[in-house]
Order: sequence, then C-alpha cells, then structure tokens
Amino acid sequence: MSEIKSNIKKSLDNAEKLNETLNSFLKIEREYALNRAEELEKSSDESPLKGFAIAVKDNICTKFSQTSCGSRILGNYRPQYNATAVDKLLKAGAVIVGKTNMDEFAMGSSNENSAFGTAKNPWDTTRVPGGSSGGSAVAVASGVVRAALGSETGGSVRQPASFCGIVGLKPTYGRISRFGLVAFASSLDQIGIFGQTSKDAAEVLQTVAGRDANDSTTAAVEVPNYADEIGKDIKGKRIGVPRALFGEGLDNEVRNAVEQSIENYRSLGAEIIDIDLPNSKYSIAVYYIIATAEASSNLARFDGVRYGFRAENAHRLREMYMKTREEGFGAEVKRRIMLGTYVLSSGYYDAYYAKAQKVRTLLKQDFLNAFDRCDAVLTPTAPSVAFKIGEKTDDPLAMYLSDIYTVSANLAGIPGISVPCGLSSEGLPIGLQLVGKHWSEAVLLNLANAYESQFPLGAKARFSVAG
Amino acid sequence: MDVKKIAKLAHLEITEEEVALYTPQMANIVAYVEQLNELDTSSVEPMLGGLTKEGELTETRRADVPHESLGQEKALDQAPSAVAGHFQVPKVL
Repeated sequence: MSEIKSNIKKSLDNAEKLNETLNSFLKIEREYALNRAEELEKSSDESPLKGFAIAVKDNICTKFSQTSCGSRILGNYRPQYNATAVDKLLKAGAVIVGKTNMDEFAMGSSNENSAFGTAKNPWDTTRVPGGSSGGSAVAVASGVVRAALGSETGGSVRQPASFCGIVGLKPTYGRISRFGLVAFASSLDQIGIFGQTSKDAAEVLQTVAGRDANDSTTAAVEVPNYADEIGKDIKGKRIGVPRALFGEGLDNEVRNAVEQSIENYRSLGAEIIDIDLPNSKYSIAVYYIIATAEASSNLARFDGVRYGFRAENAHRLREMYMKTREEGFGAEVKRRIMLGTYVLSSGYYDAYYAKAQKVRTLLKQDFLNAFDRCDAVLTPTAPSVAFKIGEKTDDPLAMYLSDIYTVSANLAGIPGISVPCGLSSEGLPIGLQLVGKHWSEAVLLNLANAYESQFPLGAKARFSVAG
Repeated sequence: MDVKKIAKLAHLEITEEEVALYTPQMANIVAYVEQLNELDTSSVEPMLGGLTKEGELTETRRADVPHESLGQEKALDQAPSAVAGHFQVPKVL
C-alpha cells in the first residue's frame, strides 16, 4: 500500500478504535478519506499538506460529510458547500478524516452540551476535554491526527488545548475566513487551530489564512511566512504579566506551573514586565451579554423550514417554529438564546447591550496600551485543570467562569495561543496562554515553539496512539 | 424576570419545569453581568462589531456581476418538507 494511503488508514483505524472510549468524532469518513488518499497518491502535485490527516469540528461546513453543530436541530444535515477553510485544506492536499464532537452550537466549556454525548479527556476519561471544540482537541491529543480545526468565540480552542496538553491557536479577528463556519456570535467567532506542536498549527494556519471575498470580515492583511519566524531567537522579547489576574479563583497548581513558565521564559532571554489590564475582571460579563445577544439573532434561522429537524404534530406555522426549537435545541442553547433575547429586548437594550459594547472598547484599549510596552501577554489559559464530568453542569455561571482568561482576546479581536506548560500532581496538563497584538500570530507561534522545544511536557495522554 | 415571555419572544415553547429551572439561573447570570454598572462609560465610544483597524479599511465591495446561484433543487434538498419546488410549512393562520 502507498504511504499516504497507509497513513490515512492508520489514522482512521486509530480514530475508530479510540472513539469507543473518547467519543471525539461524531462522524469518521473512512471511505471518503481512503478514496481521497488514493487520488492524492496518483497526483504528482507536491502540495504543502499532501496526505496530512486532519479533523474538523462539526460546525464547519463539509459537503462530503455531515455538519451537525452537535445539535439535534441539525442532526445529519449535509451542507451544499465547503467552508473556505476546508476548501483551502483540501487544495493543499490535506485529508479530512472526520467531523468532531462539540458543545451544541459551540456553547459550552466542557463538551457536555453535545447532543451526541460528551467527548472524554484522553488523560483521564472521568474528566471533560474542555470545550466547545473538545472533540478536535481530543483527536489531536490522542494522536489520531496531527492537527484539527476548531472554532473560538470565547476560548473554545485555547481552553480544550490546555485541558488536553496540546497547542491551540485563536487567530486575529479577520485572519481566517468564516465562510461556512456556522455562526454563533459574529463579532467574536474565529476558526482556530489545534496542533500537537506549534509547527503543526503554523502549517495549517499558513494554508487557511487570508482574505476571502465570501467573508467580508476577513482583512486584506498580508499572510507572512510563519515557518520563517519559528525558531528565531526570543532573546529580548518582552512578555507582559498581569499579576492582578493571578489571584482569586486560580487553582494553586496552575498558578505554580504558570509562574514556573514565566521563569522559564526569562531563562530563554525574554524580558518579563509587569502590566495591568484593569478592566479584565469585566470580560465575562461583557462576553455573556454580547455573545448571547448575537446568538439569539444568529440562531433564529433554525426554524424547521429549510433544513434540519422539524417537530411533528404542529398544525400552525408559529406552533411548528416553537415546537421545533423547543425539541431541537438543548438546555444551554435555549438559556443563551433567552438571555440574548432578554438583553436585546425593548427597554433593556441600552442597559445591557449598549453598555457591554462600551466596556468592550475599554477592554480592547487595555490590551492596546499593554502592547505599547510588550510583545505578548502571558496568563494561565484556564483557572484549573480539566474538571470532572458533571462537576459544573448544574451551575452555568461557574461554567462560564472557566473562560475567564480566554474571552478577552475574542472581545479585543487579538490572537492567542495555549501551550502546554506542566502537569498537575494528578498528571493532568496545564496550559499557559500568550496573547499578542492584532496580526502577531508569527510572534506567538515563535514564542510557543521556543517554549515547547526547551520545556517539553514529556508525557502523553493515557489514551493515545502507541508509538 | 418573565422567562415565559422571553421564551415566547425567542420562539421557544418551554415547559413549566424549564421555567422553574431557567428563572433562577438566568436571574443569577443577569445579576452577575450587572457589575458593569460600576463603570462610568458616559464618555466611551461603543465597539461595534469585531473588526480590526485593518479590517475596517479592507475594500469589501465587488463588481455587481451575477454569478451562478444554488438552484432550486439543491436549495430544497435538505428541507424537512418540500412540494412542487417550494418549502412546505403548516398553515400560517
């Protein structure tokens, strides 16, 4: 058997075997992927990702597979077109082996809001993999694929990357086309990338980044050659540390690991400076107003008319809408649609939505001020290691607070990356987060690469591909 | 907070059990977000959308040239109910 085909077959075999335990894939596309491997083998093109197995979150449209968004309301919906990011991957020779599990409509921090069962953390299957892109994180952490696409609205790539011990990149708003990414909160959403290493993430970013006429929010900003940046000396790079955010709510082991990582960066020649992000404590409040408001509008399209699920036994149109949405959406999605409806409703708009937009300006300004003095800001990615399945399901607000370190980057539109920086006493991965100024992905990837090459995690998930 | 009224505005036919579950949860979240009132934002401009400066400067207009559309067959392909080239829905009134 040819090399590409045998690699893809291995990836599919691993996916199928591990999925019984980890539930990271909602759909594994064996026949499709093997056919594609065969085609690639015949082609003489030396495309950059030729034969590279990749997994894609199930809210990114693929016409050769389902796109369920982890929801009953879409079920086995099959799009009529590929997302631009998917088309670019395919053009570069990648092989998409399947669609991954996620919190319904990307709303969640644990994967427990999937309508198709939660994905499990490969380091400890009694724990969540994080979310919402949990399935993609698990597919990479378990070694089934080297990289995967996820999506980010408030940390949905960085937080699961941290929980699963891999690299997770959220690019600048406008860096990757969202054409074909099912919308959640349009002023925040970005496609993000998981890699076993920052080099893997950089290779995928190189392929999918850039302006797209089908997404007017993509910016005409030149895409640098990321590989050229990676490996450069980080001596003299200035890393800002907002100590005020290392207090209440932060797990001790995470704090210690991140403090150690700051010292490690210092030992690599980086200059560590103190910075202040005075409005960061408001980020979750701003986020849950803006994200729910936008979601209530975006999810109005799911009404049982044009695609997906429709409730039976409804005799009038409005009744059909209401029953379809009631039966088709899960609890967290309904909660957020209702919160968004409330904050946008007559008499409340100025008090909530307009207020949140103003505080968002302040949050962004905090970062712009900080970046006058430093190249990147370092914090923990998440306040804890992966928590137990079921631990936070009864308390939505407690779940929201697990995004405390990540949502600011989405609100400010800046890029961020999570890099493994240690293991807890129970052997669970801890991640450090670096965020940078707009369009500074190359700087972040280089800082991440410097860290992982000098201070590798040195352990693998318990459930992962051997060898 | 009148969760039943909000659900109706959002086209969700929620049950009494859900009203009982969501009312305190949503009240809790709304109480949390109200901490924003501590801040004086009277002289702050709102951030509208998520675009960067470079994104705002990007030319997004294009020539007004027709291109191929999805077509009726494909547009109806995923519909729960389609008849004679149309989406079919229950009676409106």
